[in-house]
Amino acid sequence: MSLYQVQKLLYNLNRDEQCKEQYTNDKMTLLRSYDLTDDEREALSQGDIGLLYVMGVNGQILMHYAAFLGIEWFDYLELMRKGITEHGPVRAGVYAMTGGGRSFTKEREIS
Amino acid sequence: MTLVYAGLTSHAPGMTGRAHMVENTNERDLLYAALDQQRQEIQDSGAEALIVVAAEHFANFFMDNMPAYCIGIGEYHVGPIEDPAWLKIEKTTIPGAPALAGAIAQEVLQSVDIAYAEEWKCDHGIMVPLHFLTPKYDLPIIPMNINCQGPPLTPLSRAWAFGEAVRRACDASSSKIALIGTGGISHWPATPDSGKINEAWDREFLDRLTRQDKAALLSYTDSETYQDAGQGGFEIRTHIAAAAAAGGPCHVQFYTANLPIFAVGCTVARFSVH
Ligand SMILES: [Fe+2]
Repeated sequence: MSLYQVQKLLYNLNRDEQCKEQYTNDKMTLLRSYDLTDDEREALSQGDIGLLYVMGVNGQILMHYAAFLGIEWFDYLELMRKGITEHGPVRAGVYAMTGGGRSFTKEREIS
Repeated sequence: MTLVYAGLTSHAPGMTGRAHMVENTNERDLLYAALDQQRQEIQDSGAEALIVVAAEHFANFFMDNMPAYCIGIGEYHVGPIEDPAWLKIEKTTIPGAPALAGAIAQEVLQSVDIAYAEEWKCDHGIMVPLHFLTPKYDLPIIPMNINCQGPPLTPLSRAWAFGEAVRRACDASSSKIALIGTGGISHWPATPDSGKINEAWDREFLDRLTRQDKAALLSYTDSETYQDAGQGGFEIRTHIAAAAAAGGPCHVQFYTANLPIFAVGCTVARFSVH
């Protein structure tokens, strides 16, 4: 587990335009410059929000990453729930799911 | 006395970014009206600079070197770091107040070991309040950050001491300074529980601010806060620091727990500055 390295990559990606460019154009070089496990590299390469959430990536870092990936709000919440269904509870950090997977916002179709 | 205004403002990316998804538009517009009144109050105070006591979300600081407290003393700040289309706030440059901020940092250091930064990127934690309170980004901003993201966290008593130190620094200046503390009270942002709000806990916290009950405000443990108010509840540090800076009771002008799409109970409040 190198959760710290995963978060460090996402932290840099979230706040740095050059890093965003590199993620878009040459993702593998970017991923190689962090000390990641194969699972982590794969999750970051795929933008696997559910797995990254379960790994324990800080929610704020993950939320900004999801926004960068262009994921809609309710899809993003659902991807985190799906991550828990597939991989089990959040493994680290303080962003655990506490509400049993239910929604606390009334969802509405957006035109 | 040159602290001319002190108040509280909630922040959340939804407050701007998901405004169009609100069902209870009446409640939303009451919030926006309260924020506009706060904007007017800050303007009427004659403030020449605005201190924003914020709880950032990894715009500047990371676990490689995380300051408990940091003051932004740069000439300008930039933001938002987030996708502007997502936050619905355009990227912009915000004037700083380097001389004043530097003097404040020097004075605060007499009692609190802060960090300082000449570069500052703003995330929604500062951009959302500024969007409502200084929409033309023409008021010099002194950003101050308290790490509220996760343990190890600065104790609440130190957040109080930081607020007192900021006040002492303001009083030593001849500039007119406004200050807002921005955070959430209870909330579970950026989890699948987004929208969960413990309204009773929020109202009790606001009541403690209103009563100026320092002992009660500082009595929350982080494990209790995490349990009852979520990891977002760690941001009460910003409100506690603002209360200490103001020195007078809090007047809650608006509070609602009925905008869950914003993922936070929304507060607008001002303090009597004593
Ligand atoms: Fe926050």
